[in-house]
Amino acid sequence: MSKIHVTATVNGDSVEFLADPRETLLDALRDHLGLIGSKEGCGTGDCGACSVLLDGRLVSACLVLGVEAEGHEIETIEGMAGPDGTLHPLQRKFIEHAALQCGFCTPGFLVASKALLAKTPDPTEEEVRYWLAGNLCRCTGYDKIIRAVMDAAAEMRGAA
Amino acid sequence: MHYHTPASFEEAVRIAASAGGVTRFLAGGTDVLVQLRAGAVTPDDLIDLKHIPGVHDIAATPQGGWRIGVAVSGAELGEHAALKRDWPGVVEAMELVGSTQVQGRATLTGNLCNGSPAADSVPALVAAGARVAVTGPQGSREMAVEQVPTGPGKTALGPGDLITAITLPPRGAGGGDAYQRFIPRTEMDIAVVGCAVNLTLEGDVITQARVALGAVAPTVMLVPEAAEAIISTTLDSDALEALVKVARSAARPISDKRGTAEFRTDIAGVLARRVAELAYARAKGRAK
Repeated sequence: MSKIHVTATVNGDSVEFLADPRETLLDALRDHLGLIGSKEGCGTGDCGACSVLLDGRLVSACLVLGVEAEGHEIETIEGMAGPDGTLHPLQRKFIEHAALQCGFCTPGFLVASKALLAKTPDPTEEEVRYWLAGNLCRCTGYDKIIRAVMDAAAEMRGAA
Repeated sequence: MHYHTPASFEEAVRIAASAGGVTRFLAGGTDVLVQLRAGAVTPDDLIDLKHIPGVHDIAATPQGGWRIGVAVSGAELGEHAALKRDWPGVVEAMELVGSTQVQGRATLTGNLCNGSPAADSVPALVAAGARVAVTGPQGSREMAVEQVPTGPGKTALGPGDLITAITLPPRGAGGGDAYQRFIPRTEMDIAVVGCAVNLTLEGDVITQARVALGAVAPTVMLVPEAAEAIISTTLDSDALEALVKVARSAARPISDKRGTAEFRTDIAGVLARRVAELAYARAKGRAK
């Protein structure tokens, strides 16, 4: 099985890795690049725990092959806080609202919420719930997550 | 597994023709990668179509219709205002497929080639009169979308055949289309029944119509009798009653964990009525 050399941009940095063509982008991020913030929940695109942005578009990293990343830009949870460790407003609001318990789904929710607010800075609660319908959480029951996203959106609009 | 990135459809066909084992074409990957993971399909050759020029484009045709590339995602369809204005039913049907994450990758062509009788976008494409361009070892041809699926997971595409684009006809004046499905929750589910209606009005009278049903037969199906029930009417209560009756008699569903045959038959009528009313309201400019 010959491996393929892949060059991509991850969180603004140029990266290279050797991918078996059967490996997913999630495998590449976690196993080749050491970025273990993106989680594998289901591996079949149902749970959203591996949410990343591919050229700014929200996708499940388990439904993209590592070799498909060639030449593309990827943003993961590791790129969300500032270089000095300053948390993104969404990250802060998730902590303030206790919008996590075990934390496994949290990177996916944060990346998905960031994509929503980039596209829709002033979402309704219904829009948030539909947008995040593909992110599953087995602990919190979602209400705190939705409140954290709404609050972060308000702060980011300068309305809070 | 060998991974290929051909620069043209002809090259993709050549790779598929010279490959000895199992081949798969890759566009959005939201079905292919799940099959890989489950071990249901282990391709020897995986042919990624996303490097072929034009596959990411939504382009107006000289006739006034739309040509949709095979790698255009559901999210990109939903963001295309002009396409949504012409064919809101097709766009809303594709947008029902999967989560936001799946929408970022999943394609109309993939939804069609997956061959599911419950595929949401397919009834809408059938009702719209969409056609596909096919290239294969025997050359190129065109097919109506309703000719593509032949059974659950099966299509009329031969070995090495691939769809190179989907074409929607010109919308024209007085047209409207719509798609709805029944699911027992509000999001992230597979259609128990789906229905699409596309119609054209002159004044208040329906002059042309196409009605398609999903998840009530081994394939998505065009129901010409249902269209006949509403053509030359103003979609009055008699026409709607006739439509409901014909939609139910055309349905030949199975019972499974998601719904019984009796339930699906009943809902086929309910959806046909609602979707026809919505398509009519859109044609009159009274609904988005």
